Amino acid sequence: MISINSLYYHYPKSGMVLSNISTHFEQGNIYGLFGKNGEGKSTLLKIISGLLRAKSGEFSVNNENWTHRNAPTLEQLFLVPEDFELPKVTIATYEKITGPFYPNFSRKQFYDLIAEFKLSPKHHIARLSFGQKKKVLIAFGIAVNTSILLMDEPTNGLDIPSKSQFRKIMATIADENKCIIISTHQVRDLHSLINHVLVLDETKVVFDASLVKVSELFWFGKPKSTEDSALFTETGFGGKSVMARGDKDETEVDLELLFSAVLMENTAINTMLKNSTHV
Amino acid sequence: MDFDNTKPIYLQIVDFFYENILVRRWQDEERIPSVREVAVMVEVNPNTAIRAFNHLQELEVIYNKRGIGYFVSKDGYEKVLDIKRNEFKEQTLPDVFKQMRLLDVTFEEVKNLYDQHEKE
Repeated sequence: MISINSLYYHYPKSGMVLSNISTHFEQGNIYGLFGKNGEGKSTLLKIISGLLRAKSGEFSVNNENWTHRNAPTLEQLFLVPEDFELPKVTIATYEKITGPFYPNFSRKQFYDLIAEFKLSPKHHIARLSFGQKKKVLIAFGIAVNTSILLMDEPTNGLDIPSKSQFRKIMATIADENKCIIISTHQVRDLHSLINHVLVLDETKVVFDASLVKVSELFWFGKPKSTEDSALFTETGFGGKSVMARGDKDETEVDLELLFSAVLMENTAINTMLKNSTHV
Repeated sequence: MDFDNTKPIYLQIVDFFYENILVRRWQDEERIPSVREVAVMVEVNPNTAIRAFNHLQELEVIYNKRGIGYFVSKDGYEKVLDIKRNEFKEQTLPDVFKQMRLLDVTFEEVKNLYDQHEKE
């Protein structure tokens, strides 16, 4: 669905932000895009959405060369950015102005979500709090029913009950025709939704695997015996480890632990991943 | 649903099904929620919910009626009882035995406590 090959990007007068990025995003998945602050997650989402142009590399969306940014593909793509500016109008007016750009936009779905988020079409967007504005944008991003949905830190600014609401909504809309990419630091908020992990570090993709694969190969938890050697162990009391799973029972992937392991023991982790794909 | 962070989520969903069947909230031959409904209820990726459904179908605890939905098998309750009994004997009890040895608790003591508990 989205195919990226040797993509490079830097801002004017800055060093490389993304270098030699090659990856694929397919339908039917919810991708989690992770990385430390300033490692290019938002930049990558902006490039995919067409807001920024890659400096070099091959890049296609729905088999269309993405340098053209053709309208039929743009109609099938929506980005919920982390920072945004919404027009100073009511929610109803916002829907009337922007909805028509998206052929699969559903007004009913939009207003259902607005009601679910305890907002009203008559509300003036400018008078809403940051979290409420975010809800308007999330509701809109879902109601446009695009096949590609990009979300940059969607749970930032949401209160605790809304995070649960958000997960329920995502579980409702995720299907085999949609490709959803979510960048986040709030691993706990989204852990149960994500089924593929991509980690950016020092301008590169340092990890790219489905969670099914990760739970096949790795074991997460506190090892009972000290005989097994861990690939990575958290420091501190009761620190958990990442180990080769071998014939141990499957454990749930601990995304925070995986993230730390990927940054600290990248070679060991990726060697296991590579060896498994060659077999 | 609060997730235990070591057991795979799909198996935790399976446990949730077992519980519903064991307390007879879901009767044999009764229709159960769809994959989507379960995914929304427990706030997970539908793929994870599908894994739980597939697992239960392989164990013949539930079955699929094409175009209608999933149902508890006609001997679903018995099947779950069997599965959970084995789990108890093979996982829970060995843990208890290990603790008994470690804390030097005799079988007699455990038996007395059990009898007392049953009387209450």
